[in-house]
Amino acid sequence: MIDKKKYILSLENIRKTFPGVTALDNVTFRAEAGEIHALVGENGAGKSTLMKIIAGIYSPDNGSIRLGGNIVEISSPGKAQSLGIGMIHQELALVPYLTVGQNIYLGREPHRYLKAFIDWKKLYNMAEEQLGALKLEVDPKTFVIDIPIAQQQMVEVAKALSINAKIIIMDEPTSALTDKETRILFGVMRSLKEQGITIIYISHRLEEIFEIADRVTVLRDGLHIATSLISDLSQDDIVRMMVGRELGDLYPKNTIPQENCILEVKNLSSGKLLKDINFHLNKGEVLGISGLIGAGRTELARAIFGIDSFDSGEIFIDGTKVSINSPGEAIRMGLGFLTEDRKEQGLFMGMSVRENITIGVLKKFSTFGFPSFRKLKILAGKFIKQMNIRTPNVNQKVKNLSGGNQQKVLIARWLNLNPGILILDEPTRGIDVGAKAEIYALIDRLAGEGVGIILISSELPEIIGISDRIIVIRQGEITGEFTREEVTQDKIMQCAAAGGRYAS
Amino acid sequence: MKKNTADYSERFGLVIAFLIMIFALSLLSDRFLTFQNILNVLRQSSINGIIAVGMTMVILTAGIDLSVGSILGLTAVITADLLHSGIPVVFAIFLGLLLGSSIGLVNGLLITKIKIPPFIATLGMMTLTRGLAFTFTQGKPITGLNEGFRFIGTGMAGPFPFPVIIAAIVFVAGYIFLKKSRHGENIYALGNNETAAEFSGIPVKRYVTLVYAVSGFLSALAGMILVGRLDSAQPIIGQGYEFDAIAAVVVGGTSFTGGDGSIWGTLIGVLIIAVINNGLNLLDVSSFYEQVVKGVVIAVALLLHRYAKKKN
Repeated sequence: MIDKKKYILSLENIRKTFPGVTALDNVTFRAEAGEIHALVGENGAGKSTLMKIIAGIYSPDNGSIRLGGNIVEISSPGKAQSLGIGMIHQELALVPYLTVGQNIYLGREPHRYLKAFIDWKKLYNMAEEQLGALKLEVDPKTFVIDIPIAQQQMVEVAKALSINAKIIIMDEPTSALTDKETRILFGVMRSLKEQGITIIYISHRLEEIFEIADRVTVLRDGLHIATSLISDLSQDDIVRMMVGRELGDLYPKNTIPQENCILEVKNLSSGKLLKDINFHLNKGEVLGISGLIGAGRTELARAIFGIDSFDSGEIFIDGTKVSINSPGEAIRMGLGFLTEDRKEQGLFMGMSVRENITIGVLKKFSTFGFPSFRKLKILAGKFIKQMNIRTPNVNQKVKNLSGGNQQKVLIARWLNLNPGILILDEPTRGIDVGAKAEIYALIDRLAGEGVGIILISSELPEIIGISDRIIVIRQGEITGEFTREEVTQDKIMQCAAAGGRYAS
Repeated sequence: MKKNTADYSERFGLVIAFLIMIFALSLLSDRFLTFQNILNVLRQSSINGIIAVGMTMVILTAGIDLSVGSILGLTAVITADLLHSGIPVVFAIFLGLLLGSSIGLVNGLLITKIKIPPFIATLGMMTLTRGLAFTFTQGKPITGLNEGFRFIGTGMAGPFPFPVIIAAIVFVAGYIFLKKSRHGENIYALGNNETAAEFSGIPVKRYVTLVYAVSGFLSALAGMILVGRLDSAQPIIGQGYEFDAIAAVVVGGTSFTGGDGSIWGTLIGVLIIAVINNGLNLLDVSSFYEQVVKGVVIAVALLLHRYAKKKN
């Protein structure tokens, strides 16, 4: 028998079912005091459910939870807080129009005068102390909306610490952070660990896990697969356990770009966002656009796709100068744009998989304005099969799918339109390694069919792995261009951060 | 099809509530379940029903149209005046409907081009058009209308009142438009996620403008029926009708956040409200209580809706 006292937190034989799904089946999870414990698994493996049980959002159907050796029942998020469990959600849960200090002590403000008034002075002093402990240089009186995402993330950490959390759950905290910001977060995590705080760390980025975690637990399809010291495993071991099969080469590259140029951007400028951007894209080429978050990559894509107007510059498609004033026009010219934010800018969450896939081709399948729903369903079914979208049927609402499958639905929508030029903005953000591999394979296949692809990505291994050519943007300017053969992570980072024009 | 269990349970919940109401009323009053009374209920609900179809489309785009009652009022007095001036009935009706659609179109343009929030834009339009109706008539009713025109409000087609036939046509057309045409699917999509719809190439602004124009058109149509029945167009006519229409849509389960709801839900919502009015009349309940009961029913419907949503 394992000495249960050794663990600060142990969940034994947890089972949780939702209508039609067993999210967790007999899962055991044990965390030691003062360790960083990574939790990995594909989307839908049960990570979030398990964490929500620890954070008091769900209660398990079966099984027991021990905290410091004692059986506890975590019946609500408030209870979890009072037990010293803090959770930092993937989507930040801060109130944008309140100050940093107000957010940290939301609902727990210090009072004075018979508890009738908030003691603002005390609140901001306490907040300052918390932020100072994290070496975070931000005025607690700043509004949350005015600080960058990375600092917001830190405010969440400060909030968790302010409840004297002994266990902090972090759900994909780095997905919106730049490399530099990730470093800072890791520094904070290490110092928390030294103070004896346990961190449960969920991430899809295996490199990060190897860098920061002490131990790792792998879940797959609601089952506990393994818990091990990270030093005993290789990345391949973890991937194999996560997907339950061997993955081939993660970045397939079987195609070479053709000679003819399908898209050319000349002297594109837009205020401070974009400065004199020049580049071209060939048929069948994968052009990577790298750079830090906020460097102007998404802005460039939006300008080309007709979402935002720009001050000056020209765009040529197949050698003809075009003027694109709306996404509708861009689509008619054969462009597609997979946006970075699936939920806000891509999906119709309350609508079905079929409706999401076929929204762009309704006209094509209509006679006198009335579409053939039968044909549309067959079409959607074809994409579901071809792209291996995991859904019970075409009528399933998209909000019930996992992140990776939602992304595939969106990609299917664009493929439906047969674009000649496809812009993919962070196509693999927040999705698991299995779905990632499928998306990379798809990009390679599309390039082989002659589609020109612009890939915007913050993940250096990804952009280096699948691009034929990479341009780097910093503060709205192109600061470097590399071919597949010459590119390295260092070269990209040098152009992205330092800004020296890299002679290649 | 789009129907899944969530839709079914929500819709069934409503239908069951409606049937229980009918059953209860038939026990309380032996006049309730008579052919004459049922026709009566249908006739009374036809005006609200026609307006509510437009309101459903507007609310599906996550908007609201507060100006329907006032558009009804203004188009009613102007149509009545045109009739008095002696122009052919068909022509007067055409102009009245055109006016209603145009006011709706202006609503749509204020919202899409000048980007005034729907609530504010239509609130302004509500006051403006009501003011115009008063100015135009100098506050006096226009009465004594052409017999041919009055048929719209009082005529019969076989056993059925003509207004009921018109309302039925409007409902069927609304259903076909929303659920069978590609435009309907686009409207659901933009109500669901406007940014995503725009990025998918859907002409979002055009659709939003269109639904307000349709709402204005249907308000004018409802106004014709009302004036035909009353044989009098007062500048105050239609005041407060926006609330009955919104109530019907909401009771029918259409969500204010857009992209979720149906014409059939609205039909039930309209009928529930009409049956409440009728039932309270038959039971000789003071009209003061009528508002209270309506309010409670709306609150309960919203709670049920939310419950059904959560369960799924």
